[in-house]
Amino acid sequence: MYNQTEIIKDTTNLGPEGELVVNMGPQHPATHGVLHLVVTLNGETIKKIEPHLGYIHRSIEKMCESLTYRQFIYVTSRMDYLSSHINNTACALLVEKGMQIEVPERAKVVRTILNELTRIASHELWIGAMAMDLGAFTPFFYAFREREMITDIMEETCGARLTMNYIVPGGLMYDIHPDFQTKVKAFVKQFKEKVTEYEDLVTGNVIFQSRTKGVGVLTAEDAISYGCSGPVARASGVSCDIRKIAPYDAYDRVEFDEIVETAGDSFARYIVRVKEMNQSIHIIEQLIDNIPEGDFVGKTKNVLKLAKGEFYQRVETARGELGVYIVSEGGTTPYRIKFRSPGFSNLSVLDHIAKGSKIGDLMATMGTLDLVIPDIDR
Amino acid sequence: MLSLESITKTTQDWLLAKFSPQIALTIECVIVILLAITLFAVLGLVLVLLERKVAARIQIRLGPNRVGPGGIFQTAADTLKLIMKEGLTPDTADKFLFNLAPFVVMMVAMLLLAPIAFAKNFQIWDINIGVLYISSISSLSVIGILMAGWASNNKYSLLGAMRSGAQIVSYELSAGFAVLTIVVLTGSLQISEIVASQENGWWLFKGHIPVVIAFVLYIIAVTAETNRAPFDLAEAESELTAGFHTEYSGMKFALFFLAEYINIFIVCTIGATLFLGGWMPLHIGHWEGFNHIMDFIPSSVWFMGKTFFLIFLIMWFRWTFPRLRVDQLLNLEWKYLLPISLFNLLLVTVIAIMGWHF
Repeated sequence: MYNQTEIIKDTTNLGPEGELVVNMGPQHPATHGVLHLVVTLNGETIKKIEPHLGYIHRSIEKMCESLTYRQFIYVTSRMDYLSSHINNTACALLVEKGMQIEVPERAKVVRTILNELTRIASHELWIGAMAMDLGAFTPFFYAFREREMITDIMEETCGARLTMNYIVPGGLMYDIHPDFQTKVKAFVKQFKEKVTEYEDLVTGNVIFQSRTKGVGVLTAEDAISYGCSGPVARASGVSCDIRKIAPYDAYDRVEFDEIVETAGDSFARYIVRVKEMNQSIHIIEQLIDNIPEGDFVGKTKNVLKLAKGEFYQRVETARGELGVYIVSEGGTTPYRIKFRSPGFSNLSVLDHIAKGSKIGDLMATMGTLDLVIPDIDR
Repeated sequence: MLSLESITKTTQDWLLAKFSPQIALTIECVIVILLAITLFAVLGLVLVLLERKVAARIQIRLGPNRVGPGGIFQTAADTLKLIMKEGLTPDTADKFLFNLAPFVVMMVAMLLLAPIAFAKNFQIWDINIGVLYISSISSLSVIGILMAGWASNNKYSLLGAMRSGAQIVSYELSAGFAVLTIVVLTGSLQISEIVASQENGWWLFKGHIPVVIAFVLYIIAVTAETNRAPFDLAEAESELTAGFHTEYSGMKFALFFLAEYINIFIVCTIGATLFLGGWMPLHIGHWEGFNHIMDFIPSSVWFMGKTFFLIFLIMWFRWTFPRLRVDQLLNLEWKYLLPISLFNLLLVTVIAIMGWHF
């Protein structure tokens, strides 16, 4: 019935009686980027959702094939731009694993702290954006107040606020700023004081709860079969935290809980992310006073060459499991590279869980899936 | 003491002395229309700025602060921009209805201004069925919105208009019942008499808990009737981009925008008149000294103070609550608010008959 290349001139006869096909996006306030959803409606009720992708496809994977193992990391900052640090970490870990590079303890700890700060920043933005999808504007500004402190720390440490490019194979690009520890501690203090403010504003709100509880229910079986990961899967009762399953960097020496909820609805996904922020703060608190002295980057050769073979590394980003898969021919550039992005799998459940609900529910469901479109398209 | 009463009286006497009664009436009508339009323009500017400042305060930011001292000319600059903009009409739209709709919405808002008592003896038209007039005219605004949604030939607009239709028609009931409680207590539909009945105390304080309930119901219902958050489903911008006015631009959009604020103002003036004593000053029992001091504050200041307090309340809702879903919105009205209002009206009737109110 719907064909993208065809311009429909006759609008009198469109599909079965009472059906309305609405193009949500690529320019729409709630899709947060250039996601294009072709939504078939019957009145207010959703009958079918068809995501159309590719509006922000930059062929990052193909681009990486012509870049060296030092260079390709920087391109990955542009995939999931809200957790660029974690993307960089995944690539660096893979190269380190492939070449058996020894990473200094100092670099490991700093990477872990920065990864957790990134996770908090991402979840903060998500809280604000999702509340805005549900029609509440104010939590956005409250969340951004704390997020601003993180971006300031990032700017001071890495020189950038969004695409950090701070992590290199072997460790860090340069040492942390002398103020790093005091600033992070100030942030932790402020976060603990202020997080209750927008939690009060959102979590306990009757309207918010009635908009999210029982909306977009994803069962554990479906979460596994669709390949969901991260908070989306954990809210359905699937334990899938890569930081626990296959610890990397300094995650094996810190104590934190994997947050698992069982309801599987939008509210559970919200709760998982809020609790995860508190766990991230807990991790940072354990590490910030124990950054070991020493080198910030290990000894590496000038030209990095991966041995012939296949390599895979996975990390837990703010959205779920990010996998990097490289096939190497032994040269200075990857022969083939593939990213397993969490957003793509999480988007694929949208039709399944939002079918039969109202348009307003679609916003709640889509909001709590936490989609970042450049991560899906790459 | 500043009083608007003397101004109106002097004008009336002067006109009658100079002209025949018919011509005097015509001139008065022209003056009133000009005053009303000026009031609308000023209200639009003030309320939009107020909303932005209130929002900024709630959202820990500053709000407009560049155009003029404290940003007070920001809305004037925005209005200028909207006037200069091209008013596009979509190709497939029903051109006549599309262009008519904003004026219908605006006209309804203007008509509502007539029976409102702004200060002591300062009222355009003291019709003896004032409350009925307000209830009937305010339900007309849905026609303008449906017209806009249908004529735009846009799916988002249509959905928005559909929602708005269901919403306004439903919430009209609760608002009507809340207003009726005061009519029952006063025994009159005339605005001036309702205000006069509150000379020894506002109905909110005199009428026990049922009137407080009615007041709360009224505030909820009018928030929904004016399409304000958390009931702004008609223009739910994260769902329907801009709802019924998606296709409007330039001054035609500005008319919708202005009408929204005028409607808020109108419903708040009605709320202030019915529940908070209109232009009556606050009097507490036998505190003669206190009452005397309160009398020195001009009645127009009392009226505007109460109105702006209610406006602030409605703005506060918008920046605090998320939006309801369409089925929850209708559930709230038909399953909770309407039964409560019916029962509440019964209670108030008993109170009125038994004379239990103060």
